[in-house]
Amino acid sequence: MENQKTKVIAALVENKPGVLHSISNMFRRRDFNIESITVGRTEQEDLSRMTITVKGDEKTLEQVVKQMNKLIDVVKVSRLEPENIVTRELALIKVNIPDNKSRSDVINCVDVFRGRVVDVAPETLTIEITGTPDKIDAFLNLMRTYGIMELARTGLTALSRGVRSIKIEE
Amino acid sequence: MTKMSGAKALIKSLERQKVDAMFGILGGAVLPIYDLLCKSNIKHILCRHEQGAAHAADGYARASGKAGVCMATSGPGATNLVTGIANAYMDSAPVIALTGQVPTGGDNTSYIIGRDAFQEADIIGITTAITKHNFQLRNAAEIPKCVKTAFYIATTGRPGPVLIDVPKNVQTEIADIDFSNGIQIRGYKPTSNPHPLQIRKAAEMLAEAEQPVILAGGGVITSNAAPKLLQTAELLMAPVATTFMGKGSFPETHPLSLGSIGMHGNPVANKLLSEADVMLAVGTRFSDRATGKLSSFCAPSRKIHIDIDTAEIGKNIDVDIPIVADAKKALNAINERIAKQLKKKGNTAWTKRVKEAKAQMNPSSKSKKEMKPKALLQELRKLLPEKAIVTTEVGQNQMWAALYFNALKPRTFISSGGLGTMGFGFPAAIGAKVACPHRKVVDIAGDGSFRMTEQELATSVTEDIPVIVIVLNNSVLGMVAQWQRMFFKGRYSAVKLGSIPDFVKLAEAYGAQGLRARSIPEFTKAIKTALKSDVTTVIDVPISPEEDVVPMVPPGCGINEQVGDY
Repeated sequence: MENQKTKVIAALVENKPGVLHSISNMFRRRDFNIESITVGRTEQEDLSRMTITVKGDEKTLEQVVKQMNKLIDVVKVSRLEPENIVTRELALIKVNIPDNKSRSDVINCVDVFRGRVVDVAPETLTIEITGTPDKIDAFLNLMRTYGIMELARTGLTALSRGVRSIKIEE
Repeated sequence: MTKMSGAKALIKSLERQKVDAMFGILGGAVLPIYDLLCKSNIKHILCRHEQGAAHAADGYARASGKAGVCMATSGPGATNLVTGIANAYMDSAPVIALTGQVPTGGDNTSYIIGRDAFQEADIIGITTAITKHNFQLRNAAEIPKCVKTAFYIATTGRPGPVLIDVPKNVQTEIADIDFSNGIQIRGYKPTSNPHPLQIRKAAEMLAEAEQPVILAGGGVITSNAAPKLLQTAELLMAPVATTFMGKGSFPETHPLSLGSIGMHGNPVANKLLSEADVMLAVGTRFSDRATGKLSSFCAPSRKIHIDIDTAEIGKNIDVDIPIVADAKKALNAINERIAKQLKKKGNTAWTKRVKEAKAQMNPSSKSKKEMKPKALLQELRKLLPEKAIVTTEVGQNQMWAALYFNALKPRTFISSGGLGTMGFGFPAAIGAKVACPHRKVVDIAGDGSFRMTEQELATSVTEDIPVIVIVLNNSVLGMVAQWQRMFFKGRYSAVKLGSIPDFVKLAEAYGAQGLRARSIPEFTKAIKTALKSDVTTVIDVPISPEEDVVPMVPPGCGINEQVGDY
């Protein structure tokens, strides 16, 4: 399924109520699949930035971008090409710690992955890890041997490398 | 800046948009607006169901080219508009829908938005997928800008419905209102000028074409591009087929006209489109009913596609030369180029082929005096003035109209193409008559569809908006009965409507004129009576329940695989 790769779209949207609804509604209505979506403020107070990952072929992705552009509250949409972007995701993971040996093994893994322990309890460790989704997947695989009690992932966020940006020209 | 209520600001804003008429039904959540509406210059037409109001606004918009306005109260009033809004959205009609809403705040904290208050419905959520855009007002001061923005969005680019939800406390709030604010929408900048390079490529491809054909969609009508289209066709000597929504963009009596394509298209249109080497498609979204099976849709031809909506390019059909632009501007630019480039066109083999195919496949019918839709609709065309406006309901009546009623001018054939809304035609006719009071307006109806909005007879009579309704009455839901005959071995399920009501008596009960025509001469006489009459007339025309709409492209087939005789 070479053509069903995950693609990354970044959008600047009006920072007001209802915008997320109109975008997610459009995805549902057009039968596009959202893999993940992250939203947050930008350097401009009245704009939010969304990073959306979508699975689909080239034609689907083209329609996604066009249909997003049609939404009035979407100010700018840009496809981010994988080779020209930095991507990050953050995960918080609560791991079972049955004994002291496990605790030190887990902490060693956290160091190797450059994560941080953010909460320590008698029977759990809560770990923060940041990186590409692949890196997080790899870390989660390791943690499964101990038992993951709870997991929260933020979804992917991304920026273009270098001077490229999707800023809007005023 | 002047101090006034939100309701007043709303009405003044509508007046500034030159709204002369609107269609609606009042209710608790819009009382402050209606309290002032009766003193304004806007004529309010009280409908009998909000669906009727929305369709009337739609008909008004399509007949006039201006935005049509409808209004309803919160909750059920708003949800009753939904079908009409969805209909306008599918057919790209500029409709402004105003809805009341429960207050966003106030003393009675159980009567506020979000608390499931009486007659509260989340109309913003409900209409997100069927509006071009929607707004919920939060304070009175933003009303002028919001109304301006709504009209701008509804009427520019690819037009569409815009809804403004007005909470009751915003209507009564007194605020400093400034009407002078300009609008700026940074996320909405519709392209209208064609790219010169694309125009050059298109003109070259067309000039070299041996067998060019033009496919004109509703966008040609929307952008008032019909005169440019005529020019293009005559320059290239290219035959013109229209989509169903494009009916009226090209005079169907013109020697180059092929009629409309699609499932119930004219055979010659479906055939010649499939023979073309270059297709110029203008303002069409290549709907499934128009194209039939996509993989075999005009496969040999190279395609130029002009559309103002980027998202329509490449959505259903892959094209060779995409042109994102207003149809009128793009056709004008193409015409200028081909006028220079084109050496002598004229009596080529292709024009000969077009002429022969038309003669062979559209034999000029020797009008048999049978009570069949073909003869009736051809007779109707003879009796109606060129500029008369025809609306249709949905189903067999609509497809017979597509096949046999020649549309001659833009904005004279108004029908629910995309959503296929039964009950559209009659209220749309009322709206069209309000927009064009000096023209005759006729709804070509079926008995099933007309029953869905027949209550608007009251509107048309009390508000003195005379239109003519021709009920092709077969006492069944004809199109689905046809499908049950063709594809379900004749097992009729839930399609028989019986012969009630008596449409003549129904019309009379509403104070309208009711006539019945059992033969062609009676039909002619009834139409003539109706045209002279200044009251709404319903003409009941009994026809056989076994009558099929043929020819037809069976579902799943290509448009060149049509069956049945024209």
